[in-house]
Amino acid sequence: MFKIVRREEMAEGTVILNEIDAPLIAKKAKPGQFVILKANETGERIPLTMADTDPQKGTITVIYMVVGKSTAIFKDLAVGDGYMDIIGPLGKPTHLEKVGNVVCVGGGTGVAVLHPITRALKEVGNHVTCIIGARSKELLILEDQMKAASHELQVCTDDGSYGRKGFVTEALKDVLEKNDIQLAVAIGPVPMMKFVSKLTKEYNVKTVVSLNPIMVDGTGMCGCCRVSIGGQTQFACVDGPEFDGHQVDYDELMQRLQAYAEQEKQCYADHQCRMNP
Amino acid sequence: MAQQEGKKEKISRQPMPEQAPEVRRRNFDEVPLGLSTEAAMKEAQRCLQCKKPSCIEGCPVSIDIPGFIKLIEEGEFTKATRKIWERNALPAVCGRVCPQESQCEGVCIVGKKGEPVAIGNLERFAADYERKHGKGELPPKAKPTGKKVAVVGSGPSGLTVAGDLVLKGHDVTVFEAFHRPGGVLVYGIPEFRLPKEIVFQEVNFMERLGVRLECNAVVGRTVSLDELFEEGYDAVFLGVGAGLPRFLGIPGENLIGIFSANEYLTRSNLMKAYRYPEYDTPIIKGKNVITLGAGNVAMDAARTALRLGADVSRIVYRRSRQEVPARAAEVHHAEEEGVEFHFLTAPTKFIGDEKGRVVGMEGLKMDLGEPDASGRRRPVPVEGSEFELECDLVIIAVGAGANPLLTQSTEGLQLNKWGYITAEPETGKTSKKGVWAGGDIVTGSATVILAMGAGRIAADSIHTYLTWGW
Repeated sequence: MFKIVRREEMAEGTVILNEIDAPLIAKKAKPGQFVILKANETGERIPLTMADTDPQKGTITVIYMVVGKSTAIFKDLAVGDGYMDIIGPLGKPTHLEKVGNVVCVGGGTGVAVLHPITRALKEVGNHVTCIIGARSKELLILEDQMKAASHELQVCTDDGSYGRKGFVTEALKDVLEKNDIQLAVAIGPVPMMKFVSKLTKEYNVKTVVSLNPIMVDGTGMCGCCRVSIGGQTQFACVDGPEFDGHQVDYDELMQRLQAYAEQEKQCYADHQCRMNP
Repeated sequence: MAQQEGKKEKISRQPMPEQAPEVRRRNFDEVPLGLSTEAAMKEAQRCLQCKKPSCIEGCPVSIDIPGFIKLIEEGEFTKATRKIWERNALPAVCGRVCPQESQCEGVCIVGKKGEPVAIGNLERFAADYERKHGKGELPPKAKPTGKKVAVVGSGPSGLTVAGDLVLKGHDVTVFEAFHRPGGVLVYGIPEFRLPKEIVFQEVNFMERLGVRLECNAVVGRTVSLDELFEEGYDAVFLGVGAGLPRFLGIPGENLIGIFSANEYLTRSNLMKAYRYPEYDTPIIKGKNVITLGAGNVAMDAARTALRLGADVSRIVYRRSRQEVPARAAEVHHAEEEGVEFHFLTAPTKFIGDEKGRVVGMEGLKMDLGEPDASGRRRPVPVEGSEFELECDLVIIAVGAGANPLLTQSTEGLQLNKWGYITAEPETGKTSKKGVWAGGDIVTGSATVILAMGAGRIAADSIHTYLTWGW
C-alpha cells in the first residue's frame, strides 16, 4: 500500500492534493512524468502527472480535481490511508534546455502539472513568465508556488473575481506581443491548450502541451491513449505525455475524452447516492 | 483398475462436458466443465504407454506424458500432478490453453487410427484435482545457492523461469508492471477460457516455493535493467511479451468505440469491466460488434462481446477459412455461440457520427493471390465489391509489435529489425552479459506453451551460468 502522508483541499474542496509515500518512484521521477493510481481492489487505473516529488523523503505529490466516481473515492482517502497500487514514473520527462525566454501557461488543475516543469525551466537558466488561470478566484491553485517557480506571474480569472478578467490567451497575447519568446508550455483543459497553440502558432513560437487522454496500462500495451500528432497516431503514455502543441488534433482528443462520459455520470451519481442516502 | 492391453483401443475418447452454447454465450463462467474422475481414469486407459513416446517430443516443455497418464489410470492423482510439475509449473493453465491438437495430441499414436488421447484434458484434470483436493505439498527444492535472479514480466515465460530456478535453489524476484501477476494469462485470456482464480493459485504456488513478486514495477522506468545488476542480481530474464498493439492505419480508426484487442480484453479481464459498476472500469458494450482478425485473441474478443450483451458479433477476416490462425476448437466454440464469420473481407474505412462514435465500417471483398512473405496467400481486393456494415463497436485483433519501453532504455541489447530482442534459440542468451530473453519479446506473438518452452531453455542456461559461468 502507498500511504498518504499529507492531504490538502484546494479550490473549495473540488481539488485535492495527496502527498504519497512512494520512495522508488520519488527517486526516479522527473518533471513531466506521470503515475497511474488505483485506490482499491475494484478501482480504476487513473493516470495523473506528478505535481512534485521529494526523493529524500521518498514521496510524490499528485493534485486532482474531483470529477467522477474514481476521483470521489480518492477524495475520501485520509492521511494514513493509502492507494493500493501506484505505477510509475511513466512517460517521457520534459525536455529541459536553456532557450532564453519561456512562457508557461496553466489552467485549472493543469497548474499542478505545470509547476515542476516551470521550476525546472527556470533552474536551467531560462527567463520564465507564467500565466495561470481559473474560472474564479476560489478555483485558483498554487499561486504562491508558481510565483516562486517563475520570474513573473500573471493571474487571470474568467469572471474577473481575481487578477485580470478573461482567458489566459488574452494575457498570453500581450506577453507574445511585448517579448521575444522562444518557447511556450501550456497545460490545462484541452480547449485551453487548443487556443493557446492556435495563438502561439500565429507568433511562430514553439509550444509544448501535456495531454491527458484516457489510459489503461500506461506502458504502450493497450493503445487506448492514442492521439493524432501531425496526422500520425502516437501513444500518449510512451511517446508523450508532452507533444508539439501545433501538431495535436485537439478535436479528436476532446471526443475521445468523452468516450465514457454518460456511463461515468451515472456511476458517479450512484456512488453519491450510496455515500449520502 | 487397469484393463488388459487388448481392450484398450475399444474405449473411445471421453468427451469433455461443456456449458451449452446458448447459456454460456451470456455468462463468463468457464466453458469446459472438466472431466469427472471416472471419465479421466477411463481416458487414461486409452494411452498405449509407448516405448518411444512421440507426445513428449511434441511438447515444448517435454512433460513425461505417459508417466502422468499412467498415474491417473492408477488413481494416483496427486502423484500425477507431481510428475507434471517436474517439467511444467503451470499445468492448470496449460491444460486449458495449450494448442494440444498441434503438439502432444497431434503426434499421439492413438490418433493415427482414431482420436488421440485427450492429453490436455487429462493434464487439466490432474491439476484441478490437486488444486481442489491436494494437501498443498510442495516439490523438493535444492539448497540455497546464494545467487539472485530477476525475472522481468510475470507471464508464462517469466513464471516458468521463476519456478525452475527457485527449485534449483536460486533467489528469484519477479517484476510485473501491472498491479496483478500473470501477464497475458490475466489481462488477455478471458475468464470463460481461463478462470483468473486458477492463475492466482498457480502464482501462489510459485510464492509458496519462495519466489518474490514485485507488482507495479516497470523495468525500464521504475528501475532500469542495469540498476538490477547494481542491486546485486546475478542474472536477468526478460519475458515482457510483445505488447504493442497493431492498428490498421485506415481512416476513422481513432473514433470512439474502436479498441485494440489488448485494451478491450484488459478492461474486461484484468479490470473486470464485465462487472461494472461493481468494478469501476467502464467498457463500451456494443450491440453490433465487429472484430478484425482471426487469431485466438480475435476469438476471445468476439466471444467476450457476446457476453457483454452484443446482439451480433462478427469476425471479419481478409483471408479464407483455411488461413484462420486460431485453434480449431476456439473457432468451433465461437461459432457455436453465434459469432458470425465474414471471410475474404477487409476494412477500408470507419464511419462516425457527430459525437465521434463509430457507426459503420466500409470494406472490400478479397480474392486470394500468390503466397506472401508469411507463406499465406495474399488477399487481393475485388474491384467494385465495396460494401458497408453497421456497427457500434470495433475490436482490432490483428497482432502486436514489440513494445520499445524496456529495450529503448537499455544499452547493449541487440534487437532485430522489428524491434524484438535477439536471443540464441538454444540458450535464450541475449547480446548483453547476464541477460536472457524469451517468449513474445523474442519471437513475436505466439502461444503460452511456446513462451514456457523458451522459459525452460533460458532457465537451464541461467542455471548453468550461475553454476559454471557465462
